[in-house]
Amino acid sequence: MPQIFHPRINGLTRILLVGGALALLAVACVAYFVDRSPYLTGQGAVPEQPVPFSHEHHVGGLGIDCRYCHTSVDRSTFAGLPDTYTCMSCHSQLWTNAQMLAPVRESLKQDRPLVWVRVHKLPDFVYFNHQAHVTRGIGCESCHGRVDRMPLMRQAKPMTMQWCLDCHRHPATALRPKDRITAMGYAPAGNGDALLHQYRIHTDRITECVICHR
Amino acid sequence: MRNQPRYDPYQAAPGWPNDQSARMPVEGTVSRNQAVETRPTTLPEPLSRELLELGRERFDIFCSPCHGGTGNGDGAIVQRGFPAPPSLHSARLRNAPLGHFYDVISDGFGVMYSYAARVPPDERWAIAAYIRALQLSQHGSLEDLTPQQRRELERQNQGGKAP
Ligand code: HEC
Ligand code: HEC
Ligand code: HEC
Ligand code: HEC
Ligand code: HEC
Ligand code: HEC
Repeated sequence: MPQIFHPRINGLTRILLVGGALALLAVACVAYFVDRSPYLTGQGAVPEQPVPFSHEHHVGGLGIDCRYCHTSVDRSTFAGLPDTYTCMSCHSQLWTNAQMLAPVRESLKQDRPLVWVRVHKLPDFVYFNHQAHVTRGIGCESCHGRVDRMPLMRQAKPMTMQWCLDCHRHPATALRPKDRITAMGYAPAGNGDALLHQYRIHTDRITECVICHR
Repeated sequence: MRNQPRYDPYQAAPGWPNDQSARMPVEGTVSRNQAVETRPTTLPEPLSRELLELGRERFDIFCSPCHGGTGNGDGAIVQRGFPAPPSLHSARLRNAPLGHFYDVISDGFGVMYSYAARVPPDERWAIAAYIRALQLSQHGSLEDLTPQQRRELERQNQGGKAP
């Protein structure tokens, strides 16, 4: 019977084996980085909105508190978005002819809500709760970045599980006193451990899977 | 898994009115824990430090953009051209009962819109009480101090004047 494999095949096999392993590794690496890339986590994306609402003007320029518009942030899981009536509590008198605000006036006249496009979106299998964070010393800035510098809203943080856990393991450095929750540009005063005690946060509990996947 | 067959708050629901999953309550709906009796004539709970702190927080959020931090009526929105509200320290408003502030928050007043949707009744009373505290703060006199506070103040004053 003639030889099926030529002796040279030995070398080729080694090259193929090593090459295959390297290719697998490369694919894994690419997958790892793509999975955490802004493209997949949505970080930095700026969806188009019906009205180009500027947090920079309203929060940074006019100093309006987040809770004027996101009223339910400290009493429910959902932060809430302002209704048309809220915009009109100022814009009934200000910028009443601006073309930019035409959809808002139209919305009030026809009693049809504005359709804002979601910027942040966790998967449905993750449980998140604003009230629990905001009433326990975590400021908006820790998760949403410098909102007062955003002419258009964008997602400032990756919002991956790793990112959530990084804080849940060591929340002390992020904690703020109660009256600085909505402040922007606040530098923690270094009294995290005292605050941890004051807010009665149990760090051993909040790293368990069931806290977020329930 | 990422999109489960349920509605998140405010999620769109094609086919329903306005494509909304959130429905408007039927006209005349009374919510479960809503007080049905008429509004009490004055503060329904005892005055406490916590109540005033809550009032300050809510006043700073909802009222100070127009009325200003001290109630003088010179907030940031007014500086951008919103009609100026009257100062909360006028004789008329200082003599107004707390219920008046409650009503203005609930129903609005002139060009000021209603804040009923965003400020629940207990917080309206807290804000009313805080406005009263603001008014007193602008019209305090030496006679309001206890003898001990007065001595303290005089001591500080002398300390300030000494070189
Ligand atoms: C004058 C009203 C107003 C104020 C004040 C305000 N916001 Fe907003 N916010 C909006 C509106 C309207 C939207 C929806 C449009 C958009 O996404 O740009 C929004 C969207 C957002 C979103 C994105 C929601 C999503 O779709 O995922 C975040 C996060 C947010 N605001 C945070 C804040 C924070 C933090 C503050 C305080 C520092 C604040 N906002 C103050 C009106 C306001
Ligand atoms: C507390 C008062 C207040 C509320 C509430 C408010 N605005 Fe404004 N808005 C202003 C003022 C004041 C200006 C003018 C800003 C300036 O002159 O710098 C403005 C400007 C704007 C502009 C013009 C462009 C810009 O950014 O300067 C748009 C668009 C706008 N607002 C949209 C909205 C929308 C949409 C809402 C509701 C979610 C809203 N505003 C709620 C006070 C308000
Ligand atoms: C611990 C992190 C964290 C903090 C602190 C936080 N947020 Fe959020 N926020 C999120 C996440 C995550 C989402 C997306 C929720 C989802 O998709 O269900 C979100 C969504 C939102 C939305 C969109 C509506 C909603 O509830 O889904 C608004 C508006 C908002 N945040 C405003 C605020 C404001 C204002 C504050 C401060 C008072 C704040 N957030 C504090 C993490 C945070
Ligand atoms: C900057 C810090 C920080 C980040 C980021 C953060 N958390 Fe938290 N979270 C906390 C702290 C502190 C607590 C503890 C609150 C307490 O003791 O009730 C907590 C508690 C929780 C709870 C428990 C609420 C309850 O009902 O008791 C859930 C659920 C949760 N976080 C989900 C998330 C998710 C999901 C993310 C990521 C999208 C996230 N958190 C990001 C700090 C953070
Ligand atoms: C602090 C909140 C939090 C805790 C605690 C947590 N997770 Fe997650 N998990 C998340 C978030 C947020 C996501 C969604 C991330 C994304 O969108 O990429 C997620 C996603 C996942 C996914 C899906 C991954 C994917 O790419 O689809 C699995 C599986 C998972 N978690 C398992 C676990 C297990 C097992 C534990 C306990 C050891 C755990 N999680 C604890 C927040 C949490
Ligand atoms: C958008 C700007 C704005 C905001 C925010 C606002 N007000 Fe006003 N307020 C006004 C204006 C303007 C008037 C004068 C109305 C008129 O005379 O037509 C007024 C009038 C008043 C008056 C006087 C009523 C009288 O008898 O003369 C009171 C009291 C009052 N507001 C309380 C409040 C309280 C409490 C809040 C917070 C919950 C608040 N306002 C928020 C603009 C505002």
